[in-house]
Amino acid sequence: MIAARRALLGVLFAAAASAWAAAPTAPSGDALDARLKRLETELRCLVCQNQTLADSNADLAGDLRKEVRELALAGKSDDEIRAYLVARYGDFVLYDPPLKAITSLLWLGPFALLAGGAVLWWAVLRRRARGEGTATGQTDAEAAAHARALLEREEGSS
Amino acid sequence: MIPELGHFALILALLVAVAQGTLPLAGAALDEPRLMQLARPAARAQFLLVATAFACLAASFIGNDFSVLNVASNSNSELPLHYRFAATWGSHEGSLLLWTLMLACWTLAVSVFSRHLPPALLARVIAVMGLVSVGFLAFLLFTSNPFERLVPAAAEGRDLNPLLQDPGMVIHPPMLYMGYVGFSVAFSFAIAALLGGRLDATWARWSRPWTTVAWAFLTIGIALGSGWAYYTLGWGGWWFWDPVENASFMPWLTGTALIHSLAVTEKRGAFKSWTVLLAIVAFSLSLVGTFLVRSGVLTSVHAFATDPARGVFILAFLAIVIGGSLTLFATRAGKVGLGGKFEMVSRESMLLANNVLLVVAMASVLLGTLYPLFLDALNLGKISVGPPYFDAVFYPLMAPALFLMGVGPVARWSKAPVPELWVRLRWTLGVAVVAGLVAPVVMGRWSPLVSLGLFLAFWIFASTAETLRSRLAGSPRRGIAKLTANSGSYYGMLLAHLGLGVFVVGVTLVKGYEIERDVRLEPGESVSVGGYDFRFAGVVPGPGPNYRALTGTVEVRKDGRELKTLKPEKRIYNASGQTMTIAAIDVGLFGDRYVSLGEPVGAGGAEDVGGAWAVRIYIKPFIDWIWAGAFLMAIGGFMAVSDRRYRLAVKRKASALWGEVRGGAPAD
Amino acid sequence: MKAWRWSIPLAIFAILVVFLWLGLWRDPRIVPSPLIGKPAPAFRLAQLHRPNETLQLDDLKGQVWLLNVWASWCVSCREEHPLLLQLAQAKVLPLYGLDYKDQPAAALAWLAQNGDPYTASIVDADGRVGIDYGVYGVPETFLIDKAGVIRYKQIGPITLEALKDRILPLARELQK
Repeated sequence: MIAARRALLGVLFAAAASAWAAAPTAPSGDALDARLKRLETELRCLVCQNQTLADSNADLAGDLRKEVRELALAGKSDDEIRAYLVARYGDFVLYDPPLKAITSLLWLGPFALLAGGAVLWWAVLRRRARGEGTATGQTDAEAAAHARALLEREEGSS
Repeated sequence: MIPELGHFALILALLVAVAQGTLPLAGAALDEPRLMQLARPAARAQFLLVATAFACLAASFIGNDFSVLNVASNSNSELPLHYRFAATWGSHEGSLLLWTLMLACWTLAVSVFSRHLPPALLARVIAVMGLVSVGFLAFLLFTSNPFERLVPAAAEGRDLNPLLQDPGMVIHPPMLYMGYVGFSVAFSFAIAALLGGRLDATWARWSRPWTTVAWAFLTIGIALGSGWAYYTLGWGGWWFWDPVENASFMPWLTGTALIHSLAVTEKRGAFKSWTVLLAIVAFSLSLVGTFLVRSGVLTSVHAFATDPARGVFILAFLAIVIGGSLTLFATRAGKVGLGGKFEMVSRESMLLANNVLLVVAMASVLLGTLYPLFLDALNLGKISVGPPYFDAVFYPLMAPALFLMGVGPVARWSKAPVPELWVRLRWTLGVAVVAGLVAPVVMGRWSPLVSLGLFLAFWIFASTAETLRSRLAGSPRRGIAKLTANSGSYYGMLLAHLGLGVFVVGVTLVKGYEIERDVRLEPGESVSVGGYDFRFAGVVPGPGPNYRALTGTVEVRKDGRELKTLKPEKRIYNASGQTMTIAAIDVGLFGDRYVSLGEPVGAGGAEDVGGAWAVRIYIKPFIDWIWAGAFLMAIGGFMAVSDRRYRLAVKRKASALWGEVRGGAPAD
Repeated sequence: MKAWRWSIPLAIFAILVVFLWLGLWRDPRIVPSPLIGKPAPAFRLAQLHRPNETLQLDDLKGQVWLLNVWASWCVSCREEHPLLLQLAQAKVLPLYGLDYKDQPAAALAWLAQNGDPYTASIVDADGRVGIDYGVYGVPETFLIDKAGVIRYKQIGPITLEALKDRILPLARELQK
């Protein structure tokens, strides 16, 4: 516990000292860094809105990265850190949209489309296999076949 | 004088485009040859006029004419010559003029290479392209005039955005626009078919090369954009699912579906209305992309300076063009004729599955890109949809499509019995499974996703090899004749599929094994990352042509042997004061070592450039396979178009036969 | 295939156009605050003019007031400053300033030069209180009621229109 508090103070001190340089704070463990990096790549910078919190050079991004690091060192889980930011900035700050009523169409949409597509695919195949709605028996089918044969000089072209 | 000449040329071009867009259409409807014959000369005239306008704008940039507002806003006399030329399309107005020029080029190409088409079809195709030109020229002249004067003239320009001062960025827009605009040809063919009320295999044969070439250019354009982002933006990423990246990717997905659907329509006469719809959708997505970038509706690093008036104009244009096309589709598509019969398991059914997967993927990307807009417009709050969503949705959709790529070319048309497929492919499957399981172990760490990705890639490689092997084995010819007997179209397909396999290898291995380290290094200090040693030798300031540079030196060593000295830079541009981070990359066949400078973190603070720096070091295994794969796909596309059967001699026979079918004199 | 099915693509496109149209009139960059209707985050900060004294949120309960986030380095703040001065003169409701990520000396000089509409200004040197309030750009202004609940947030400079149509009517409501 004391070690954690010392580490926290040490980080805060380093953070304060490097605040003006907006530089990444001294790493206090590769595993922590990797975890924070993963977390920060899923968060959106509010100033440079086309960059992740991990990549942005904006002042606010630096401040928020510090905040995230402190929360992590204080023992907060990833979910708690995300909740902390969402409480202040709203869902906008998450690049991974949460599954809620209003995003249900977003998350379920692709699967619904795939299911719909699969059903249509099956239906078309059944109809075609049975010969419904096909061109067999049309008057210029023979001429079309002749033209095709003429244009395909080599057999079995792709 | 020159800007006014350019402006006048645009006005004339608009008038010609109006004529080009209406008279040949009327001629086709009334069966009046003289009106139809106006199409080709109109296309030529339009090209000359738009090219003149473009040349005038380019001349203004090269000559540093700061009395032209566009030049003053986007250029600078210190800018090197090639960037002054590229600045012609560095702004909203200039890039629109480039779009319009590309459209005029494609129209001219159609008028030159499609002389043999039935006159009514050719007239309609050129007319539809003319109508699209009318929209763009009107947009240019009424809301985005590149030749607007600045009075009094500026003494010096504001400089081209430093992000654009780069060779990749110079060629990326032209390639991208060649793709976007190229889909207008397929679109025009589709509209012409709907107007004419007839659509058959020969229509598909005519549309296919145009579509494939446009697709190949779009592939190159997107790959260039991705590669540029990788080496310029400084944090090693190559795809961000940014709205404007998505705006280019959606036409690509649709275009890929379209070239496969055209194959079926050409070979088997099936999927006609579906192909027509895809052609309309592909170009519509190009137009929607243009809207998204220029209207301010979405935030993006790509977005041009926005203006609601422009947004309204483009939206109105979209509504007319796309709405009109889809209305025509709704009323006429049912009458274009019926397709062929095929079995449940056949090449047709697999290509249809490919199409369904690609279109669902495109729709999902569209959904994710526009969802924040939907919610905001309904006052339901603001959300962000980023890589976590797109990755979660896109990869599962593409995996089955990649698997099908191995089966499709082996399956026969009309009927491909599963036992036969199994016999053909069981060894291939075995090889791919084993390779997929073993390769990650060789790379150092096994993971299920890497294994799946590599399985799919090896599956594509092995089945492509098997397809070729059995084709050659089954051929009655001997020796080199075995190879030459196959068409460019066949080899193009193989190469394009192979290219996609290479791409999948790159994506899988980079995502699976990349290493990223942000470290603070004093001059002289070393750090070990991914088996390589990186020694930081400090940063020195120096001058550039139009910027001040802070150049770092990083020596890369492996096992004590020096491999390369990398020089990452920070550039501070003189005119704008903007800072750019230029990464230094040690490019390798099996991976890149990537170094970029962060910020100075020495004792002296931000000004102490000679002290310690925060340095970002990345190891990116096989990342260049991503762009190599994309280029192979594009080359495959170009190869497919070189197929002999698209050449004129054979076409004349077909069009003569077409004439016979329609009731003329019998062909020989 | 049934005739109406051919019209499905057109119908989808029509819906899309409606949304794109609506989107033209919205600003995708604005991030609405999730704190509207929620209690204002607590703070206890040193005052700009009296560095030895602090001001905390509880001190301000019982009145309807505006919290304006500003800084001497903020260019857009100059746009709204004349309006703030007028508002202060009209004595409609008290205005407190949050001096965000600023140097006290520069802040005092700025106020001396441009006028001081604030009943008091507090110093948020490291921006923590700003983060608690969801500040992402300067200036921003919050309308807080007697119970200490945030009722409205203005992102960017306050405009005359925002004051007349939204802030003042709401403030009067809350003051009853």
